[in-house]
Amino acid sequence: MRERIERLISGIDERTGLPAGIRKFLYEEIPWSSGWHQVFGSVALFLILIQFFTGIMLSFNYAPTPGDAYNSLRYILTEVTAGRIMRGLHHWGASMIIVVVVMHMVQVFLWGAYKKPREGTWMAGVVLLLVTLAYGLTGYLLPWDNRAYWGTVVATQIGSTVPLMGPYVTQILGSGNGIGVVTFARFYAVHVLLLPPTTMLLIGLHVYLVRKHGVVPALGDELKPKRVFYPQQVFKDTVAIFVAFTILFTLAIAAKVPLERLADPTDTSYIPRPEWYFLFLFQLLKMTEGPMEVVGTVVLPTLAILALFAIPFLDRGKVTRVTKRVTAFGVVILAGIGWAGLTAAAVRSTPPQTAAAQIDFSGPTEWMRLSPVELAGIGVYRSERCDACHNVGGQGGQKAGPDLLNTSAHHDAGWMIEHFKHPSNVVPGSSMPPIEITTAQANELAALMLKLTPEFGNVIATTPAFAVQAATVYQKNFCGNCHQVNGVGQTMGPPLNGLSQRRTEKWVVDHFNNPKALSPGSPMPPYKFSAKDMEAMTNWLFTL
Amino acid sequence: MEKSQPTIDSLPRRKFYAAAVFVLNALMGIALAIPAIAYLLVPSRKRQQDQWVEAGDVGTLVPNSPVEMSFRKSRVDGWRTISEKATAWVVKKPDGELVAFGPQCTHLGCAYHWEEKQNQFVCPCHTTLFSIDGKVISGPAPRPLDRYAIKVDGTKLKVGDLHHA
Repeated sequence: MRERIERLISGIDERTGLPAGIRKFLYEEIPWSSGWHQVFGSVALFLILIQFFTGIMLSFNYAPTPGDAYNSLRYILTEVTAGRIMRGLHHWGASMIIVVVVMHMVQVFLWGAYKKPREGTWMAGVVLLLVTLAYGLTGYLLPWDNRAYWGTVVATQIGSTVPLMGPYVTQILGSGNGIGVVTFARFYAVHVLLLPPTTMLLIGLHVYLVRKHGVVPALGDELKPKRVFYPQQVFKDTVAIFVAFTILFTLAIAAKVPLERLADPTDTSYIPRPEWYFLFLFQLLKMTEGPMEVVGTVVLPTLAILALFAIPFLDRGKVTRVTKRVTAFGVVILAGIGWAGLTAAAVRSTPPQTAAAQIDFSGPTEWMRLSPVELAGIGVYRSERCDACHNVGGQGGQKAGPDLLNTSAHHDAGWMIEHFKHPSNVVPGSSMPPIEITTAQANELAALMLKLTPEFGNVIATTPAFAVQAATVYQKNFCGNCHQVNGVGQTMGPPLNGLSQRRTEKWVVDHFNNPKALSPGSPMPPYKFSAKDMEAMTNWLFTL
Repeated sequence: MEKSQPTIDSLPRRKFYAAAVFVLNALMGIALAIPAIAYLLVPSRKRQQDQWVEAGDVGTLVPNSPVEMSFRKSRVDGWRTISEKATAWVVKKPDGELVAFGPQCTHLGCAYHWEEKQNQFVCPCHTTLFSIDGKVISGPAPRPLDRYAIKVDGTKLKVGDLHHA
């Protein structure tokens, strides 16, 4: 058997030279001092391969045009088996690559591994860093939710401020008339057609140069025997890769990547923020407003990139022990503090998004199609703790009362209201206590019960509290006597769906307080809601 | 790591490294392969309940004289639900029982039609002949015509999902 395998391998070798090549690759000699500090390059490569894999997987169910992009991603997240894991791996993998690439660069920098003759290796690495950031920038738009849209609006605006080249940048990004199908097509093309082959070529060049010049020996290595890449160093690389993979996989499963509402160019309340690794640039930009803005947007980033490229030519000293490279440590620590400071300032200055902007569209959103009376019913259901004795659609274990899914098939509203008030009158022997609620509340609860079909079975668990609170206020004030929401209510006043397209939140608040000031001749009376009710109300109205 | 007397790793240790590399890679491969296979092969969650749409009036049907009825039906297409035209060949049996056949030949999906003279359904592609109750008389079709689930509401025929006979 063994002989046969050997014959097969030597046969392949004779014809392709592949086994000999692999052997040469694996049994390459590396210096005695090689070890754990050199694992980061392999981890970065591994993570890039994961991105290729998950990216291809996602593309099987993803349609790259603005409207469909969002819906197809939502489909991946809510309907496709394991779709959430695939997207999680791709999303968190992107962040992890940034972290690992920076660790790789810091290690190379501290050890002075960029010195002659390895300048080219370093510079190819810097280009790879820029490519990685370009992936992040272009990939950010592809979900086409509000976060993607507004983040890209800011990024393309920055591009347009580049002196002299601004108009050309705008032309290339296709953002002259705003972010739309053209910009989307270009970002997608760059993300999946331009960058991956570029990455492969650069990695090829980078690894070729590493192999050509060999791993950097430390002082004193010449007196010690050589090691061989396989298996010891491969083992260390693999352990590091395994640790990275475990973190990534855990994040993909446990940490939810939200999907916000569909990109809305008319949204006036959205606070755009870039991905975390661009926050420091964002903060820099805020600190250099006005005529100095170009310093933050263009000059400093360009200088930083040029400085990275120039490092091998600035530091031409002899190779020394890593522990003696005090200046290098100083530079890294200063850069780290600067980055952390800017990022922290950006995070601290970020106001919380409104509750409406935080709705997670990667989960069920059937509740958004409920009428106000049904939503208010959820409030009654929750405050009366109906869930202590009833399930809706199976989950929740064994309980005293029956499952409430599909009760509408057997009973009407009148039966339900009677049942809430005098359970044993309509169901002899029922152990349910009569519930003390007003007639209006009983109507709301009955309306909800009639809605609990399999399609809407999840609404009790998934409706956010602010929507329930707002609908309760809406019902209490009889807003439905003049207004319509989701097709329910009168049309004497304007229908409230699509309000966010027409008005700002401030306008809505002012209008509640004094309708006549903003809509002369309006028959609407002023409503003085508490601050909390007002906030819930505007948030909910803006989801319509 | 640093030892006073540098030595190359011993054979047992090298064997351990090689085995560990193999095991760790296998674990990662499995962890990736399971979701990938599920992603590609396990059908996505069904979004819709069965739907019933009105196909047409069956009050005027003549027994043993198939009629093609067309109607609109919504179909889930990935992340979209599209409304599209669909047809059914509706047959009223002499005893009044109704059958609604799917409009495609069970061989390769061509549209067949009713030949009044032959008293048979004829598929023009590979000349499969079906009898009035949907059975294959001759030709390459592997199974009888598919049937819609049906409900009759007065004289209105409602059709549901298409099933193999």
